[in-house]
Amino acid sequence: MNWLRSIWSELIGLFVDDGKFALSLLIWLIACGVALPRLGLPTFLPPVTLFAGLVVILALSAVRRTGPRP
Amino acid sequence: MDIHWAHVAPTLLAAFLASLVEFVEALTVVLAVGAVRGWRGAVGGAGAALLVLAALVLALGPAIARIPQNVVQLGLGALLLLFGMRWLRKAILRSAGVIPLHDEEEAYAKESAALRAFGGMTQGWDKIAVATSFKITMVEGIEVVFIVIAMGGGGHGLLIPAIVGALAALGLVCLLGLALHRPVAMIPENTLKFVVGLLVCSFGTFWVGEGMGIVWPGQDWSLAALNAGYLASALVLVFLCRARAARPVAARRSQA
Repeated sequence: MNWLRSIWSELIGLFVDDGKFALSLLIWLIACGVALPRLGLPTFLPPVTLFAGLVVILALSAVRRTGPRP
Repeated sequence: MDIHWAHVAPTLLAAFLASLVEFVEALTVVLAVGAVRGWRGAVGGAGAALLVLAALVLALGPAIARIPQNVVQLGLGALLLLFGMRWLRKAILRSAGVIPLHDEEEAYAKESAALRAFGGMTQGWDKIAVATSFKITMVEGIEVVFIVIAMGGGGHGLLIPAIVGALAALGLVCLLGLALHRPVAMIPENTLKFVVGLLVCSFGTFWVGEGMGIVWPGQDWSLAALNAGYLASALVLVFLCRARAARPVAARRSQA
């Protein structure tokens, strides 16, 4: 059963190794899914907004992980 | 959605490269098992795991085709984004020197030492060899199954290119393993992860957008724009992270 547990944790680890990062991505996707279709934005803006938010989350997470070394 | 090479080519490439990375990692352990505990158990365990993984793809792939496409695109797109962003972030941090690169030779040495610690081999099928080989092939192969199903399930006709990509990677890794009999250390793992992260993030963003009902300018061609956008962003981030990681060291040197 130990190997089953390893496979399960590997399965979760496929998507999450930094909980804050994964949660931020999910929250952004939900926010876009709820808001973008209802805002009546010009057609070029929803894709740009979705992409830009994802890149910002990636950037913040990578820079935070880099952090100042002691 | 019709099959379009703008989808087929990146699907095949992403499945091939992602599978290559995972199978190389599995091969390292299988080679250690074979060298320390015998090839019968090593090959038997890996073969059994590959059969289970193939059954998973054959069962889940067609099942996903029965779910409404916008639901699949939304669900798989979100999972692809979580997966791809994780790989891309790690590749950025490794390229910037923030976290160390994966070393297959070191992994081989560690695994060999751990296997020797189990003591003498048993007659016939060596249980430790079979279990170790089966487990590592399953653990790494699950990622391949996910990539194949997620990349292949988002659009009609993409499952076959995804399977072909994964099988090509498996064939290449088996050939390399047979030829070298040692860990495949020359594969630039981080570069592959970087490329796969870009491709998977682009697909994930595209599928999620489609699932939300977003109209992509240029339709399928916006995948190329997404690839370019993620590549540019990732390169800038490598530069920023490298500079940020080096800053305190430089400050200490200037004070000395």
